[in-house]
Amino acid sequence: MDFNDTPEEAAYRAQVRAWLAANAPGGVQGDDEDPNNMAAAKAWQAKKADAGYACITWRKDWGGPGGAPWQSVIFAQEEADIPTPGNPFSIGLGMCVPTIMTSGNEADKVRFVKPAMRGEEIWCQLFSEPSGGSDVAAARTRAVRDGDEWVINGQKVWTSGAHYSDFGLLLARTDPDVPKHKGLTMYWIDMHDPAVECRPIHQMSGASNFNEVYFTNLRIKDSQRVGPVGDGWKVSLVTLMNERMSIGGGGGGDYRPVMKLAQELSTLVGPAVKDAALREKIAEWFVQAEGLKYTRFRAQTALSRGQVPGPENSIGKVVGATLMQDMAQAAMDMEDQFGIINDPKHAPLAAAFQAAVMGAPGMRIAGGTDEILRNIIAERVLGLPGDVRLDKDVAFKDIPSGR
Amino acid sequence: MDFDFSDDQKFLQTEARKFLEGRCPVSVVRKVLNDPAKTHDADLWNAVAEQGWLGAAIPEAHGGLGLGRLELCVIAEELGRSLAPIPFASTVYFVAEAIMMAGSEAQKAQWLPKIASGDVIGCFATVERPGPLTDAQISASVNGGKLSGAKLPVTDGDIATLAVVLAKEAGRMGLYLVDLTAGGVTRENVSTIDPTRSVAKLTFSGANADRLGDAGEGMALADAVLNRAAVLLAFEQVGGADRALELARDYALERYAFGRPIGSYQAIKHKLADAYIKNQLARSNAYYGAWALDVDAPELPVAAAAARVSACEAYWYASKESIQTHGGMGFTWEVDCHLYYRRAHQLGLVAGGAKAWKERLVTQLERRNAA
Repeated sequence: MDFNDTPEEAAYRAQVRAWLAANAPGGVQGDDEDPNNMAAAKAWQAKKADAGYACITWRKDWGGPGGAPWQSVIFAQEEADIPTPGNPFSIGLGMCVPTIMTSGNEADKVRFVKPAMRGEEIWCQLFSEPSGGSDVAAARTRAVRDGDEWVINGQKVWTSGAHYSDFGLLLARTDPDVPKHKGLTMYWIDMHDPAVECRPIHQMSGASNFNEVYFTNLRIKDSQRVGPVGDGWKVSLVTLMNERMSIGGGGGGDYRPVMKLAQELSTLVGPAVKDAALREKIAEWFVQAEGLKYTRFRAQTALSRGQVPGPENSIGKVVGATLMQDMAQAAMDMEDQFGIINDPKHAPLAAAFQAAVMGAPGMRIAGGTDEILRNIIAERVLGLPGDVRLDKDVAFKDIPSGR
Repeated sequence: MDFDFSDDQKFLQTEARKFLEGRCPVSVVRKVLNDPAKTHDADLWNAVAEQGWLGAAIPEAHGGLGLGRLELCVIAEELGRSLAPIPFASTVYFVAEAIMMAGSEAQKAQWLPKIASGDVIGCFATVERPGPLTDAQISASVNGGKLSGAKLPVTDGDIATLAVVLAKEAGRMGLYLVDLTAGGVTRENVSTIDPTRSVAKLTFSGANADRLGDAGEGMALADAVLNRAAVLLAFEQVGGADRALELARDYALERYAFGRPIGSYQAIKHKLADAYIKNQLARSNAYYGAWALDVDAPELPVAAAAARVSACEAYWYASKESIQTHGGMGFTWEVDCHLYYRRAHQLGLVAGGAKAWKERLVTQLERRNAA
């Protein structure tokens, strides 16, 4: 048991640090939505790709650097320590393009892998629909074959980055007469096609990171199909697996800002940190935040040893999102009337807690709700049975639907 | 990054699990539970001594195996998992650690070999009144090498032959070694929430007391012992919490209600997923504690407190929700759930409760931030 890098890891980390010191964009740290950010993000991604630091584990035969997972973790840790532009590539590089690499045809791999890796082309994931958020396989967007083409009609929702994406990975229903998991097919589409319309969703946080995406008689070639007809669900599982395998720096609650505020803010009993009830809470947050950090270290250790990380990695978001929400809420309570203010000029820590309180509800839902993640832990880790599924052996068209 | 136990340590753990499955099935635990006259399982104690576990972290020069604290951690996890009804924690995590940390060469030579061989059972006697350990609550005192006063609760005080006692001498707090076979002590058995781990009230009247470490350092030494014990206890707690969750999971798979396994209902699934989450957080915090203990890192006070707070929460949750998952059967004497529920409380309080440890943790964080 040793927190230090192995000599090999230390050498790689030193190399990464030196490269970052010489090449990091410096001072640029924008939101995805900031128009100035996009150019900076693309330039930074290209620079990393040219140096072999983008998509480190991607195989060489598809144009990747062919590095080891532990190298990817070390790079992510080091990169997290410096200011970098907001990253609009993570969905494409983390989920969509790996799906193309696993299930797409050879021409698509040649066509898409490299430009995506260099940040020249951005991808979004078109899975969720109004009729199915947690229940992804309930997708209703139809793909109907017409000779060598498919005609797509329908609507997706919660599509992050659709408005700036070049391509999308689309899950569509090709056969409503078979049970829902069997009648889906995966495609890639051109997001610039006039038959694709993006409408931003105004989130409760005030931002608009997500979109509704409408398809009206969108015509695509059969060569844009990813995997066999009717295999869309299997292909989507590969995509989601990639999402869950991704580990690395950051994420999941940091107790330090709330501790700092508690030490600085004065109350009737002196600094807020002297309040017994708050002290107890801080201790509880600390063990969760640090527990998550050390859980990531355990996963990283498995990678260092050439093993597959264990299922304990699946606890990250379900703990981290609620932790963030609870800490931010308590911090605002500590600020008392000032907690109302979200003007960075006046609110402590530039209104970071106010932003976290308004963003946390989204974190508890996106990428698997708290409830779905608990189901996943119960079923895949503890081996408990799936819930009874009323729609399992029913033709999709006969499944009852509510709103 | 190598944040896990080594292959050798994992092998030791696998062997320990096999050994305890053979020598400490629940029937052994129940014998101690059901017989008020039985304080512990002496056969298991002897068998554990033969394995060398009592001296796992004691240097070879003093009759131990000379392994490290990490080896002790993996053994602790298995002892916790099997609910071993033996005075292992008192003897090894508290008394042996105190002697190794603060003892003179003569004290080490006198006691450590006997601890490693199982001939000495230890107990750690600090508190005297309800509430967390503070200077103010200590009235036991030493005069001219003789100890007087009463200590309650003293885990394993009924069977121990060696006590480490916190007492004042000329107004200064010290830790003292007291040979309980040498007279000057009376013991009163006290019933407890977990009868598989016994407790006594020890009353000293002129018992010979041999100071451990410097005069005036008693509270600091007791704190340091508690930090070390907290990490090792956390492994026992994680072992017990994992087992309590497994029992609940197994029951949820085989128990049917309304035509399907109760484990297919989300009310049960989410409860058990939460237990899994807490157990994993506790395990990760315990690993950090193990590292800090092993290398005696300056982070040990924070790491130990975090390990303890996290482990107390995990075992409490897993043990109570294991009963809940078992329904009415879980509330019976015959079903094992209550053994884990009892032990969760025993382990959660024996080195001081979670509330006090949360306070210790935040105090440490304040110091860290002020530095």
